Amino acid sequence: MFLLIFLLIPIIAAVFLFIVKKETSSNAIAISAGLLTLLGAVYIAVNKIDNFDATWLLSINSRFVLQADGLAKILVLLTAISFPAIFIATQKNQIQNKNSFLGLMLLTQAGLMGVFLAGDALLFYFFWELALIPVYFLCSIWGGEKRIAITFKFFIYTFLGSLFMLIGIILVYSNTPDHSFLIESFKHASLTNGQQLAAFALFFTAFAIKMPIFPLHTWQPDAYEQSPTAVTMVLSAVMVKMGLYGVIRWLLPLFPAAAASHAHFVIVLSLIGVIYASFIAIRQDDVKRLIAYSSIAHIGLMSAALFTNTSIGMQGVLVQLFSHGINVLGLWIIADVLEQQTGTRSMKALGGLAKKQPTLAILLVGFAFANIALPLTNAFVGEFLMFNAIFQFNPWMAAIAGVSVVLAAIYTLNMVQKIAYGNISEATSAMSTPNKSAQAVLIVLLVIVFITGVYPQPLFNMTADTLHQLFVK
Amino acid sequence: MNAIIVSTLLGVIMMFVSWGTSNIKLQRRIGLVGMAVLIVANLAQLNGWWVVNFDTKGMLAFNQIGLFVNLILFIITFIYLWINGAELDKIGNHTADYYAIFFFILCGVSILTSFDNLLMLFIGIEILSIPLYILTGADKKNLFSNEASLKYFLMGSFSTGILLLGIAFIYGATGSFHLALPIMNPVTKMPVQHFLMSAGLLLLFVSMNFKVSAAPFHFWTPDVYDGAPTVFTPFMATVVKAAGFVAFIKVFEVQRIALGQTTWIIILPFVIVSTLLIGNITAVFQRSVKRMLAYSSIAQAGFMLFALYGISIFNNEALILYIVAYSLATIGVFAVLIKMKDYSFESFNGLAKQHPVLAFLTTLFLFSLAGIPLTAGFFAKYYMLNALLTAGAGIWLLIVAILFAAVSVYYYFKLVQAMYFVEGTPAIHPIDKSYELKLWVIAIILIVLGVFPSLLFNYLYF
Repeated sequence: MFLLIFLLIPIIAAVFLFIVKKETSSNAIAISAGLLTLLGAVYIAVNKIDNFDATWLLSINSRFVLQADGLAKILVLLTAISFPAIFIATQKNQIQNKNSFLGLMLLTQAGLMGVFLAGDALLFYFFWELALIPVYFLCSIWGGEKRIAITFKFFIYTFLGSLFMLIGIILVYSNTPDHSFLIESFKHASLTNGQQLAAFALFFTAFAIKMPIFPLHTWQPDAYEQSPTAVTMVLSAVMVKMGLYGVIRWLLPLFPAAAASHAHFVIVLSLIGVIYASFIAIRQDDVKRLIAYSSIAHIGLMSAALFTNTSIGMQGVLVQLFSHGINVLGLWIIADVLEQQTGTRSMKALGGLAKKQPTLAILLVGFAFANIALPLTNAFVGEFLMFNAIFQFNPWMAAIAGVSVVLAAIYTLNMVQKIAYGNISEATSAMSTPNKSAQAVLIVLLVIVFITGVYPQPLFNMTADTLHQLFVK
Repeated sequence: MNAIIVSTLLGVIMMFVSWGTSNIKLQRRIGLVGMAVLIVANLAQLNGWWVVNFDTKGMLAFNQIGLFVNLILFIITFIYLWINGAELDKIGNHTADYYAIFFFILCGVSILTSFDNLLMLFIGIEILSIPLYILTGADKKNLFSNEASLKYFLMGSFSTGILLLGIAFIYGATGSFHLALPIMNPVTKMPVQHFLMSAGLLLLFVSMNFKVSAAPFHFWTPDVYDGAPTVFTPFMATVVKAAGFVAFIKVFEVQRIALGQTTWIIILPFVIVSTLLIGNITAVFQRSVKRMLAYSSIAQAGFMLFALYGISIFNNEALILYIVAYSLATIGVFAVLIKMKDYSFESFNGLAKQHPVLAFLTTLFLFSLAGIPLTAGFFAKYYMLNALLTAGAGIWLLIVAILFAAVSVYYYFKLVQAMYFVEGTPAIHPIDKSYELKLWVIAIILIVLGVFPSLLFNYLYF
C-alpha cells in the first residue's frame, strides 16, 4: 500500500497544479511534492517494503503489482533526488505557463517511478509509455527553435521501440505456463530457441533505442539540445536509465541464452558508440551537446558491462546507474546556470568563470572530475568494476573501452579550461549575482558524489538482493 | 428479431413525423427517443425479458455475440445522434427523414449481425447501403456531395453485383444458401473442393472487402467520405463499417474451410498489408483533416481485418473492443472537426490556447486512434495483436502491424502539434458548454475502457 501512495504523490500534485491557475505558489507546490517523494524514497531505500498487489485486468490476468527490490530502490532514489534538485535549481528560470510545465514534470516523475517499481509486464509497458507522453509535450511546447520536428523524431523513435517491446510481451505472455504477466511467470515461459531469439530482439530494440546504443542514438543529441534544460536533466539523468533498467530487469533474466549468444554483438556495438560519441564530444563547442555526447559514451560503457554477464560487471552497473545520474545532473545544472546568466552555450564565448564566480567554477571542476571518474569520486567505483568485468570478458575490448577514459579526460578538461580559466570573456562578464539555490543543490550533489565515492558500501548493500537473484541460483 | 422489427417500425414512424409536426427540435427529440426504444428492445432480447420470435426457416439466427454487437452499435449511434443532432438540422430541411434513414440503416445492421443465409446477407447489405447513398447526397446543392453520392451508388451497385454473383456460384456448387459447413467428403473427411465454391467465395471476399473499404477495393472511400456532408461521414466510417466487419466475419468463420486454410492465409494478409500500406501512407500526405481521417479509416480497417485471421473468442473480443474504441474516437474527432470553419490542418493552429478543453479532448481521441496507453485504443490494438498471435500468425505480420501503427502516429500527431505547438487563431464556430460536456462523455468512456477494457465483455459471459 505504501508503494501505491508513494506513486500517487506526484500525480496528485500534478493534478493540483493543472487545476490551480495561480502561478505564485507553483514552485512551492512542485518542490514540496518532490521533497515528500524524496522522503518516501529514502524510507523505501532503507526499509524492506511489502509488494503492492491488486487485481487489474481479470480477463487477461494482468495484475497491478509494485515491488521494490534493490534495483528498483536505487533508481527510485535517483529519480526522487533528481526531481526536487531540478525544481530547486531551475526555479528562477522564466517559463510561460509554469503550472502546466511543473505538472507535466511531476507526471513524468510518476511514470518513471512506475517503470522502476512495476512487477507486471503490461503495467511496466503502461508506465513506460506514460513517462514518454508528458516529455513529448514538455519538449514540444517549451523547447528550442527546432523543437517540434526534433521532439517528434524522438517520440516516434521511442514509440516504435516500445511497440516492438509490446509484441515481445505478447509473445512471451502467450507462452507462460499460467498466462500471466507477472515477472515470475515470464521467467518460466517455455520459449523455443527461435521464439527466445525473436523476443530478445524485440525487447532489445526498445531498450537500445532508449539507452541509446549505436546506431540507434541519432535522436538523442538533438533532443537534449532542443529540450528545455530542466527536461534535458530528466532525460539524461533518469530517463536513459529506463533502457538499462529494462535490460537488467527483463532482458537478462528472461532470455539468458539469447543474451549470452549475442553478448559479443551488443558489446561491440556499445563500444563503437562509446568511442564514436567520445570523439564527437571532443569536437563540440556547445556545452549542452558536449554533455549529451559524453552521456552517450558513459551509457554505452554501462551497456557493454551489463552484457558481460558477470556479477562484478552487474555490481558496477548498479552503482553506476545512480552515480552517473548524479554527475550528469550536476553538469546540466551548471550548464543551465551558465546559459541563463550569459545567454550562450558556446564554449568559445565563455571564459574566466573562476574569476567571476569562483564557487561555481569549483563546483564545475568537482563534477568534471566525477565525469572523468577520478578516484574518490563516485563514478570511479562503478567504472572500475565495469572495466574489470569487460577485461574478464575480453582484454582487447577492455583496452578499447579504456581509451574512452582518456578521451573523457580530454573533452571534460577541455571544457573546464575553456569555461573556467582564461580572461573574463564578454559573455561571462554579463553574469549577475550567483544563483544561490542552484549552487546549494550543486553542493548537496557534490557531497553525494564524494561520499559515495569514498564509501559506496550502502549502495552495494542496497542492491545486494538484485545481484543475488541474478547470479546465485 | 426485436431490433429488426422495432427499427423498421421506427423508420416508418419517422417518415410520417414531419407531417405531424414541423418543429425540428421536436422531430430530433422523437428520433432520440426512438433510438432509446430500439436500444431497450434489443436489450430485452439480449436478457430474454421479451422476445418476438417466429420461424424464419433458418434465414436468421440470433446469438449472444450478434445481439451484443447490435447493442453496441445502437449505443454508438445514439451517442452520435445525441452529439450531432443540431448539425443534422443544418443539412437541407428533412430532419425527420434523416432519422428514418438511420433507422432503416440500423435495420440492415441488425440483419447483418444475425443472418444465417446468404440471401439475408444480400438483403441486409442492400438495406444498409441504399439509405447511405441518399445520406451521401443529402446536401443537394453541393456538387461534391452529388458527385460522392453518384460515385458511391455506382461503385456500390457494382460490388453488390459481384456479391450476388458469388452467392449464385455458391448456390450452384452446394445447392443451398445456408451459411452451414461446406459439404464434406465422407471418406477423406475433407471439404469437397469445388471450383464454383472457391470462385464464389472469392467473389464474396472481394465484395465484402469493398464494403469495409479494404485495399485494393478502397478507391471509393476517400471521395465518398470527403464529399459527403461532414455530419454523416463519422456514421458511415463507424457504425456502417463495423456492421460490414461483423458480416464479413460471419461469412468467413465457416466458409473459409472450403477456400482452404492455405489460400486464406495468403489472400487475407495480402489484403491486410495493402490496406495498411495504402491507408497509412496516403494519410501522411493529406492537407485536409477530413481527408486524412478518411484514409485513416482505411488504415484502421486494415487493423480490424486482423480479426478475420483466426476463429476464436479472442478474435471476436478484439473486434468488439476495436469497434468501440475506433468508433467513439472517430465520432469525437469529427464532432470537433465539424465546428471548424475549414478543414485544413492550419485551421487547428493555436486551438489549445483558445479552447484548452476542446484541444485536450481532441488529443485524447487522437491518442485513442493512435493506440496510446490509458485510452481504449491501446487495448483494442493489444487485443488484436494478441488474437493474431494466438491464431498462429507469424511475427512478421505483427511487426508490419506495429510499423504502420507508428506511421499512423505521425499523421494523428500532426494535428496535436498544430493545436498545441503552433501559434495561430483557429477558425472555429462558437461552442457551448453542453457540447463540450457531450464530448467529455465519449472521452470518459474511452479512458475507462483504457484502464478496464474487460468491462466491455462482462456482458458476453455472464
